[in-house]
Amino acid sequence: MNAANNHSGVTLQVRGLRKSFDGQEVLKGIDFDVRAGEIFVIMGPSGSGKSVLLKHLIGLESPDAGEIRINGEPVQSEEIPAKYRTAMVFQSGALLNSLTVGENVGLYLSEHRLKSPDEIEKTVSERLTDVGLADAANKMPGELSGGMKKRVAIARALVVEPQLILYDEPTSELDPISSVVVGNEILKLQERTRVTSLVVSHDRDLAFGIGNRIAVIAEGRILKIGTPEEIKNFNDPLVQKFLNAEFKHHKK
Amino acid sequence: MFENIGEMVLLFWRTLLALPLAWRQRQKIFDQFFEIGNASLLMVCILSFFIGGVLSLQIGPFMADKGLSGYLGGIVGYAHARELAPIMMAILIAGRVGSAMAAEIGSMRVYQEIDALRTMNINPIHYLVLPRIVAIAVALPMLVVFSILVGWFGGAVVAAVNAHIGVSYQGFFADLRNVVQIKDVANGVFKSFCFAIIVGIVSCHQGLVTIGGPRGIGRSVTKAVVNSIVLIVIFDYVLTRILLK
Repeated sequence: MNAANNHSGVTLQVRGLRKSFDGQEVLKGIDFDVRAGEIFVIMGPSGSGKSVLLKHLIGLESPDAGEIRINGEPVQSEEIPAKYRTAMVFQSGALLNSLTVGENVGLYLSEHRLKSPDEIEKTVSERLTDVGLADAANKMPGELSGGMKKRVAIARALVVEPQLILYDEPTSELDPISSVVVGNEILKLQERTRVTSLVVSHDRDLAFGIGNRIAVIAEGRILKIGTPEEIKNFNDPLVQKFLNAEFKHHKK
Repeated sequence: MFENIGEMVLLFWRTLLALPLAWRQRQKIFDQFFEIGNASLLMVCILSFFIGGVLSLQIGPFMADKGLSGYLGGIVGYAHARELAPIMMAILIAGRVGSAMAAEIGSMRVYQEIDALRTMNINPIHYLVLPRIVAIAVALPMLVVFSILVGWFGGAVVAAVNAHIGVSYQGFFADLRNVVQIKDVANGVFKSFCFAIIVGIVSCHQGLVTIGGPRGIGRSVTKAVVNSIVLIVIFDYVLTRILLK
């Protein structure tokens, strides 16, 4: 079967990834593997290099050293976009504010002329229904709440029928209920399509709630990769400091 | 400004290469064209009327004193068609349309909308730059033709109603017809086409390189307008030298 018609997830390998900005090293040799069809969470504090790492994975940044492979093929290869479908859900949603929700969700199909306008409308309606926003097609992004924007961004990513989907801080700026809704969407999607999901987040609850495996990143390095239980029990001061951070001064 | 010229030339080249895709983007081109016309037509009308009027007002009394008022229509018509209409309209469009282009694209860049396009394998040059460049390259020359006609009319009105000048409409336009040839209008229209490309490329480029949030967007808008005007004036001299030969 042609890889482009295969809806199941792909593997991702990252080896020795390094990146500096203005002499400051942000990624200091990142190594990890993501298995096909799993939810892999990269968790770490703000400024640890998570978002920069994600930009490398989607090809928005080029590494100073190291390599990234999808199913064993270098991600920089010109064949990759045609061979494997990847999608990204941005931290802000990154919906195009000049387009309606429906136009945003159908943008990939309409710009690449993959379907007729009627078929695009049907697909958009189905994807919006998948994320519980069946009635939002004609709204503008400015009319949506933060959680709704994230769900529309997920619907837009689903239209690509991705084999690898990257989430950048999917629950940031969301209230606890919206966070759970978005987390459940990620789980439902993975169960339904077996897509490989890579989630970057500093949300501990989300990471332990949806991750098959978790990598803890700090100061540009991966400290530990393991199942949620292994991460909880990993006895490293930096990891434990991040996992058990709490207010020192309790309210009287 | 000058460190970005290489990037702007590259952006222009990539936009030229994307021209065969213009038909696919026709709806966006039409939307941009409508936006430019809608934003500018009234301003063009007012500005052009008074530019023509002030030309007559400045030159008319002096020529009347020298007994040369019969040549006023030709002078006003020639200066407005070849120089004032193209450069003033280009500056107006840089302020009204170029600033909007830089702000819109800059905002899309800051809020990761352009990154989102790239992840969907949609080329931002095809999607954002091409429609804007084509639309402004068509709209500005049309606005300049309109400006030339309104400017001539403004000059004629002032020449007729100002007692010190006292040139009739018929006299003004008769001299204008004798002096101004179709190639003079074509000259102005060609200049405006070049200025449109400058405003479009400079503004889109500034939008695409925006960094740093709302303050960065503001900085890009200012740079887009100032750089456009500087380049328009420099190219005006160069084009005038070439076209005078």
